[in-house]
Amino acid sequence: MKAALAKKSATAVHPNATAHTVVPVSERALRFDDGWTYAPAPESAPPTLKIDAAYGLFIDGTFTKPGKTFASINPATEKELAQITAATAADVDRAVKSARKAQETVWSKMPAAERGKYLYRIARLIQEKARELAVLETMDGGKTIKESRDIDLPLVAAHFFYYAGWADKLAYAFTGRTAAPVGVAGQIIPWNFPLLMAAWKLAPALATGNTCVLKPAETTSLSALHLARIFQEADLPPGVVNIVTGAGETGAALVNHPGIDKIAFTGSTEVGKRIAATLAGTKKKLTLELGGKAANIVFDDAPIEQAVEGIVAGIYFNQGHVCCAGSRLLVQEGIYEEVIRRLRDRIATLRVGDPLDKNTDIGAINSRPQLEKIQELVASGLAEGADLVQPRCKLPKAGYFYPPSFFTGVTAAHRIAREEIFGPVLSIMTFRTAAEALERANNTPFGLSAGIWTDKGSKIFKMAAKLRAGVVWANTYNKFDPTSPFGGYKESGFGREGGLHGLLPYVTLR
Amino acid sequence: MPSLPFVRRTIDQVMTEERAASFTKRSIKSAAKLEGLKLALSMMDLTTLEGKDTPGKVQHLCRKAIAPMDASYDVPSCAAVCVYPNLVRAAKQFTKGSTVKVASVATAFPSGLMPLAVKLDDVRMAVEDGADEIDMVIDRGAFLRGAYRQVFDEIVAVKAACGAAHLKVILETGELESYDNVRLASDLAMRAGADFIKTSTGKAAVNATLPVTLVMLEAIRDYFYETGIRIGMKPAGGIKTAKESLAYLVLLKETLGSDWMTPDLFRFGASTLANDVLMQIARLKDGRYQSPDYFSLP
Repeated sequence: MKAALAKKSATAVHPNATAHTVVPVSERALRFDDGWTYAPAPESAPPTLKIDAAYGLFIDGTFTKPGKTFASINPATEKELAQITAATAADVDRAVKSARKAQETVWSKMPAAERGKYLYRIARLIQEKARELAVLETMDGGKTIKESRDIDLPLVAAHFFYYAGWADKLAYAFTGRTAAPVGVAGQIIPWNFPLLMAAWKLAPALATGNTCVLKPAETTSLSALHLARIFQEADLPPGVVNIVTGAGETGAALVNHPGIDKIAFTGSTEVGKRIAATLAGTKKKLTLELGGKAANIVFDDAPIEQAVEGIVAGIYFNQGHVCCAGSRLLVQEGIYEEVIRRLRDRIATLRVGDPLDKNTDIGAINSRPQLEKIQELVASGLAEGADLVQPRCKLPKAGYFYPPSFFTGVTAAHRIAREEIFGPVLSIMTFRTAAEALERANNTPFGLSAGIWTDKGSKIFKMAAKLRAGVVWANTYNKFDPTSPFGGYKESGFGREGGLHGLLPYVTLR
Repeated sequence: MPSLPFVRRTIDQVMTEERAASFTKRSIKSAAKLEGLKLALSMMDLTTLEGKDTPGKVQHLCRKAIAPMDASYDVPSCAAVCVYPNLVRAAKQFTKGSTVKVASVATAFPSGLMPLAVKLDDVRMAVEDGADEIDMVIDRGAFLRGAYRQVFDEIVAVKAACGAAHLKVILETGELESYDNVRLASDLAMRAGADFIKTSTGKAAVNATLPVTLVMLEAIRDYFYETGIRIGMKPAGGIKTAKESLAYLVLLKETLGSDWMTPDLFRFGASTLANDVLMQIARLKDGRYQSPDYFSLP
């Protein structure tokens, strides 16, 4: 019906059409690639940011001498930033033992209010050093300075502040019961939000009296190591947090270590499944936060312009390296063409390039293998007959970059509609009714998140109740807050991080 | 007779304000800044709308619009001066031979609460006196009680009274309050014959804001795709600093693109903005800030 109305309006005559140039339908387009443009505005590294040539491990409150190392590169330039030590099984063993000793002799014995004070101190130090940490995060991981400055770092500090508050109030979190720490937690985090994931893992574990051995992803170890410097500055007792860097073998050594009481893993579903299999039959507790293929559902009564903003925030935020990204767009048929037109115009304004430039919207893809994975999946989409839309944009010569993209003509059977791309590539499908939207949204092995766009409040509640997804955003997308629990259904994992629920995996209730 | 808008667009406040705020985060430096500031200056409707306005005051204003600053700074003239109908003749006289247009507020500015016949006479007289552009106000009372047809018909009538003069329709968004209303009023005004849609009179408690301007630019975009006609936009009132004016240009660039980056399709209605822009231009050229005393008053 709307299409018919639109057609009618196209012939409506402006009262002074004679005084105006009427652009013919075929030439009605907006131009975003010429005229006034922004000069480069690179964020400079503050003098306080000191990147060493090589880093050791952080065990028992001190940094070890660098051992066998591998390079950590800046994905925007492909230049080496530092050498990182690959922790061996023996290193992991020392880290776990140090954590055990600290847990039993210091951290669990300390009055809870004192533990809280350490966390508050860490949160404040993070705020003080926000700029240098943001620059470091951007250099090491490729995310834009705009996001590391305005989203990652404020959230990192907010998580420490939030869980610092819980430390001496656990009796109120679990009334009538005593919350005892689990013990030593082994925590393995991904490369998409390196410092933020460290905060999500460490803050609730420490607040509840556990000690930690944290393994950052091998492409993004630097910010965790600089966080260790903050722990030193905060006089955190030795062994309370240990950081072991390295790749898969280091992670496996941590998962398999008999001295670990709990494993918390955020990463791919494939690795998550292996960890779950390894831990089956052991005493170790486990929480997993894995992949996703979230449906972002736009109804025809939605505020369309803002829904387009939500689509952009859903899939192009952090280069699409977001497990809860709104990577499957479901659009009601009546507004399909309009949404496509607006999205096409909108992505033409996104600026791809140097992540340190304050005006960059889409930074570097985290690593070459990830870029190749995106390219492979996009090729599969084309091979399966979907239509690719990309803006005209110049990508830097060096570094790993991918333009913001979307596919139309996607069906539920396409690989790009089923597999997680983990890049700035959106798959767009249509639906006719709310029931169909629900069915299509749930038709995935994943279940981490979903989005709903409609002006009708009742529709939001009806849909949200039936979507099998851990987080459902209504008329917004990719919003995070330490008070809100986050986690998945189905193959997106189990356990919740954030909020009061985020305390549960780290306590034994008596 | 053009028809009323048929699809009422709904606007989400939270995401609109978030998007609008994102434009203020663009970092505009060096050459881009200078170019942007000069563009902003060329888009300015230098305005005086006081009860105590006289031809003498208008002479100051016109001279300022024609040559805002010492020629060595190579700045463009402003787009127009904007005055009350009684001052149109004076403004025409003082802008003679220049590119500066004369805009006159009309239709019982700023309230619009007068009989239509009075409003139309107001417009005709301003046009007869030489106004190139008419800035009319809509009847917000009629709009808020749902008499959209009345608002629409009045704009159509004013448009007819304008003759060859360009019509800017002031929505007075500060009194419409909701973004849904702003969008509806924009759709209505464009369909009734507005050449420009304009946010504010400058006399309400809330004047131009970035989110309101964003909503209006989106309406302009959709109208362009529907009809092929490019309508202009004029945020007015409350824009006082060079930095704010650059944020508006960023908003314009990223919403409508380069075709709208011209005084023919975008204006700033302002009185004190000009000297702040000039002060920044001088700083970029001289490398230091100068005292406000070096910048002539409009």
